[in-house]
Amino acid sequence: MRAASILFRRELSLSWSGGGGPLLACGFMLCLTAILPLAAGAEKVVLSPVAPGMAWLALALASLLSLERLFERDLEDGALDLLATGPLPLEAVVVIKAMAQWLANGLPLALTAPLAALSLGLPLTLVPLTALAAALGALGFAFTGALGAALALGAKRGGLLIAIVVLPLFIPPVVFGAGALTRAAQDLPPSPALALLGAYVLFTAALSPLAGAAAIRNAQS
Amino acid sequence: MSSQDDILIAVSALRLSRGERTLFRNLSFTVRAGEAVALTGVNGAGKTSLLRAIAGFIRPDAGQISFGGIEPTEARSRRMHLLGHLDGLKGARTAREELAFQARWLGNDADGEVRAITALGLAPLLDLETRKLSAGQRRRLAIARMIAAPRPIWLLDEPLSPLDADWRARVGVLMRAHLDDGGSILAAVHDPLPLPTHALDLGATA
Repeated sequence: MRAASILFRRELSLSWSGGGGPLLACGFMLCLTAILPLAAGAEKVVLSPVAPGMAWLALALASLLSLERLFERDLEDGALDLLATGPLPLEAVVVIKAMAQWLANGLPLALTAPLAALSLGLPLTLVPLTALAAALGALGFAFTGALGAALALGAKRGGLLIAIVVLPLFIPPVVFGAGALTRAAQDLPPSPALALLGAYVLFTAALSPLAGAAAIRNAQS
Repeated sequence: MSSQDDILIAVSALRLSRGERTLFRNLSFTVRAGEAVALTGVNGAGKTSLLRAIAGFIRPDAGQISFGGIEPTEARSRRMHLLGHLDGLKGARTAREELAFQARWLGNDADGEVRAITALGLAPLLDLETRKLSAGQRRRLAIARMIAAPRPIWLLDEPLSPLDADWRARVGVLMRAHLDDGGSILAAVHDPLPLPTHALDLGATA
């Protein structure tokens, strides 16, 4: 447990050092949502039906931004060898890195998501649900993203590769997350969509550490 | 010194290849407690690959790597240091932060960090970001983790190359103390280490 908390704290400090990556991702998310009214017209009838979907799309895209650095910089400077000779198996390292990614990047984005959705005309009553669903979805994005980052290790232009690998896998949480908000906006209970979103998170949290660790071992050999 | 109990690394009939090229075949040797082995060979002979295979990063084509009765996973995660070409330091973090993380991650003992800072003369460097350190200073910081977190097996890849003559001698003293404590060293080198070593030449086995 001591090793896990040491690594977790290091990952958090790395996320926030060197220019405040999470804040940049939040800014990126708000920029995206600010462009939509300019592109599609600012009428409320146009914007408010797509507000949940647009907020989720922005969340998915903003979640990609910091993934390239998740394992690549540890591979480049040799720290990945150090992590592999430590007391925890690589699978646990992937879990810890994904959790730190969620806490440092996912949660700030999840708190920004309601702001983005509000600016597009989401009813104020849906703000808590938006934040909750986004926090859950961001956890799924963090695990799936960690898998993509591990698979792209050592590739040139890895960031682009990660986006291509990971974005299709982001479709289910976007569908379920935006679906929960759309149902709530129609006064239907959002819980079925949230349950499916939770199932996706459990699935990726179980699978991506195993697959990600295998991909890292492959990159190290 | 000849019993089976003090074997820390045993390699038998090892064949290793990178891509299509076989680096060596039928390589066997043991490294015992208190013993330093200097691994030599021309560039590309497979010195780094052998070290990485022992550390578990490269799967051998044939042969066995064992650690004297200790489970390989256990040996690699708790009893082994690997010091490669790259120092594993984050440029934007201070030497103090990096040493603290590396030492604790690898399992330092109570006064490990203090001991390492003294042994490697790191006190004046601790508040500098590691990207501002010279190559030799970075190497000293990387070696510090091995002092702070004692582990019996040291796999070293050109450990002294960035160091000046004074520090080569001082790290040699640290290596000798490590051997006296029952540790072992397997080091890929071009220049001889400043301590008595057994020689293992990969050039000859190719």
